[in-house]
Amino acid sequence: MRLSRYVFPVMASLGFGFLYAPILILVIYSFNESKLVTVWGGFSTRWYVELFQDPQILDAAKLSLQIAASSATIALVLGVAAAMTLVRFRWFRGRTWLAGMVAAPLVMPEVITGLSLLLLFVALDNWIGWPSGRGVTTIVLAHATFGMAFVAVIVQARLRDMDRTLEEAAMDLGARPTTVFLTVTLPTIAPALVASWLLAFTLSLDDLVIASFVSGPGSSTLPMVVFSKVRLGISPDINALATLMILIVGLGGVFGFWQMRRSTHRRSA
Amino acid sequence: MSSSPLLVKNWLDPEAKPFIEFRGVTKLFDGIPAVRDVNLSIYQNELFCLLGGSGSGKTTLLRMLAGFDSPTEGSVWIDGVDITQVPAYERPVNMMFQSYALFPHMTVFDNVAYGLKRDGLPKAQIAERVAELLELVRLSAYAKRKPDQLSGGQRQRVALARALAKRPKVLLLDEPLGALDKNLREDTQLELIKIQESLGMTFIVVTHDQEEAMTLATRIGVMDEGYLVQTDEPHTIYEYPNSTYVADFIGDINLFECVVTENDAGNLVLSAPQLETTIELDDPVVGAVNQTLWYAIRPEKMRLTRDPSTAVNALKGVVHEIAYLGDFSVYWIDLANGFRVRISRPNISRMDDFAEAWGEEVWITWDGSAGVVLSQ
Amino acid sequence: MRLVAKLKSLQRDWVSWVPTLWLGVFFLIPFLVVLKISLSQATIAMPPYLPLFDWVESALEIRLDFGNYLFLIDDPLYGAAYLESVRIAFVSTVITLLIGYPMAYMIATAREPRRTLLLLLVILPFWTSFLLRVYAWIAILKTNGLLNGLLMSLGLISEPLVILQTDLAVYIGIAYTYLPFMVLPLYASLSKLDRTLLEASEDLGATPWISFVTVTLPLTIPGVIAGSLLVFVPAIGEFVIPALLGGNDTLMIGKVLWNEFFANRDWPIASAVAIIMLFVIVGPLMWLNRINSKTEEATS
Repeated sequence: MRLSRYVFPVMASLGFGFLYAPILILVIYSFNESKLVTVWGGFSTRWYVELFQDPQILDAAKLSLQIAASSATIALVLGVAAAMTLVRFRWFRGRTWLAGMVAAPLVMPEVITGLSLLLLFVALDNWIGWPSGRGVTTIVLAHATFGMAFVAVIVQARLRDMDRTLEEAAMDLGARPTTVFLTVTLPTIAPALVASWLLAFTLSLDDLVIASFVSGPGSSTLPMVVFSKVRLGISPDINALATLMILIVGLGGVFGFWQMRRSTHRRSA
Repeated sequence: MSSSPLLVKNWLDPEAKPFIEFRGVTKLFDGIPAVRDVNLSIYQNELFCLLGGSGSGKTTLLRMLAGFDSPTEGSVWIDGVDITQVPAYERPVNMMFQSYALFPHMTVFDNVAYGLKRDGLPKAQIAERVAELLELVRLSAYAKRKPDQLSGGQRQRVALARALAKRPKVLLLDEPLGALDKNLREDTQLELIKIQESLGMTFIVVTHDQEEAMTLATRIGVMDEGYLVQTDEPHTIYEYPNSTYVADFIGDINLFECVVTENDAGNLVLSAPQLETTIELDDPVVGAVNQTLWYAIRPEKMRLTRDPSTAVNALKGVVHEIAYLGDFSVYWIDLANGFRVRISRPNISRMDDFAEAWGEEVWITWDGSAGVVLSQ
Repeated sequence: MRLVAKLKSLQRDWVSWVPTLWLGVFFLIPFLVVLKISLSQATIAMPPYLPLFDWVESALEIRLDFGNYLFLIDDPLYGAAYLESVRIAFVSTVITLLIGYPMAYMIATAREPRRTLLLLLVILPFWTSFLLRVYAWIAILKTNGLLNGLLMSLGLISEPLVILQTDLAVYIGIAYTYLPFMVLPLYASLSKLDRTLLEASEDLGATPWISFVTVTLPLTIPGVIAGSLLVFVPAIGEFVIPALLGGNDTLMIGKVLWNEFFANRDWPIASAVAIIMLFVIVGPLMWLNRINSKTEEATS
């Protein structure tokens, strides 16, 4: 494709630059001695020290990680069940409902999801006493609900692409449907399961709006803490937090890329 | 193969009980018929081939036997038991898939052992059986490899070993040789026959390749658009097709429309308007005088000559085209009215100075028994 | 025998019923609750709304108060907020498209392993915190922030530009955070493009630019639509970006809902805003999305 050689690549490079500039800025300024953005006060790690000495942030981080892990796992189970139903199973009475509901959280504005879930929890609390008060439970339930939509989309796509004859061969060799699922289907879609769990985990960890609606006293998540700090202006210890997160994600990305290359190399051998 | 001394031709024995039966099987997909009212009996130790083009219903029929699709109407029986409602994982049938369907996340060993594990056999027994099978298909050294590390031919043998592991009563093979190149295909064909005979199993093979069917089969079932049109030994299908479809599908054929003008023993004459000639036959024909029928004759059953005086049936024409194919030559002869006839002749000597040439006038001759009369 | 068959199908069906019931309870029913509360009145209580159903002696009294809806329709603020949200989302989507298309093009025309690397680079920021990345723009766009500092030190401007707390900052914020959602569908569409079509058009005399406009662009429309919807629809209801980067006069409906709920503690009004949002904005867009994916299914 010999489009005017330079137009698109230049625009594209600018685009990538646009994408990464803020990240780089966060990283650089997390080591800035000075609080001000326009002044470089020298290299310093004081903000990292401050970060790790801030109990509010540390508690919130711990809580967020716990919530993310549990809700991602629940989302995975529900999402796989939904995906299997929509792709593999024959018609059952609630099928059209499921198909519609499963895709909706993907496009629904978070304020609406958050508000509606909170109102539900309040109504349930009044009616049957559960969930009593808002807190970790309600956040996990909420995150699992929108997480499963993402899991379902990814897993559905993978199930559709999957070679059906593998499942038929397993049945032909005497495996009952559950065994087929556990010994053949799951291993084959494993990468999709990992990817969708990670996605649900990240989305939960990152969620501000829904958590704000459905959390209660004493259950402040990391995004909630960051948001309240950041509304007031720049906060350098947040820069440090951001850098750490970027580092983790970056390492994860490198690892994932390396894994992918290894498996494709082996396949061509 | 039909010439094997071990084979007992059960289908000729009216007392013999069929091993596999399709009784009035019809299958509709969204209202579109894929298989129409098929009645088929297959006997033990047969190597039966379902032959047909794409869309003929042969694969659907096979899948109904395996249990992946269920008939819209009719029933399927194995060894006297109605298995129509039995799910695939409980049938004494195993299948070798066209795409092999090897589990990519398992080694060769685990693939072959899969069916045995489902039966709950003890580990030692499984290991023994797998070793036995891998030796049968000559892949013992590859037990620890994964499918993506094998060649196409090797994957096929793993698929075969896996399908044989449970000693099924019937082995189904879906286009087993389609992905192999020509040389490998021939060798594998003979190997399949050898395995089938030595294990004394019943094989059902689905294929679109006539040569393959003719080589492998004890009997062939020809399918067309969901119908089972003829079921017979290869020789019978070739020399005694029951319809113009079968005659045309297998090998090459010359077909002429004709009308019966005389029909009593010793004196049978057909008038073939396309050829502007009459044909004399040896055997009586099922048909009344003045009924329109088809006359089918194979290219190799006709002869080219410059002197028709001794022939029973003869046609005059001009050589239009010659194709030298090495082991035999094909001649297309144009008749006076434009009709083209195809003749084939083995090249029994390396040089034939007297062979007919392009544009030459020749006579086509054939015997009274050389062709078949068909009513459809 | 029938019972066994029934139990067997129930066993298989429970896998289907669990997610369905879960979504029914945690997704569908909440909307009904929102609807119910939108029809009640705010009050100082916990929960801060009057109940709809009341037993008066032996009669069930149902109070459906449409006052909230009338209020929203009456007050020009809310109508303006809806329109503003759509406008801002639209402009942001266009900006995202303009930035994202060349990026997707570059990725689609790259060879391995560069292609996978570029894809990874696009996706990676998505995995870092959305909130933190928006926060980074505060540092860049504020009056005494990086951008102004850079421009002023280069002598390009003498007065700092006011970008933060304006609509422009919101456009930038949305384009930035939703970029991967635009790039990926565009990439998918571009990578399916048959290169030989471009060779054919070149062979017939078209310059690269004309080839692009007459061949590539039309054939990638499905990707453009998919990406645009993935940006436009969520952007309408965005809260974080207008809250952090926009000003007090940046009227977006997500912010309005949040303020009604958290600042004014007026749950019924917030609910009414949500219901109208669903009908006026989300509903038609979801329907549009379904039509789009159906035509894609049909043509693929």
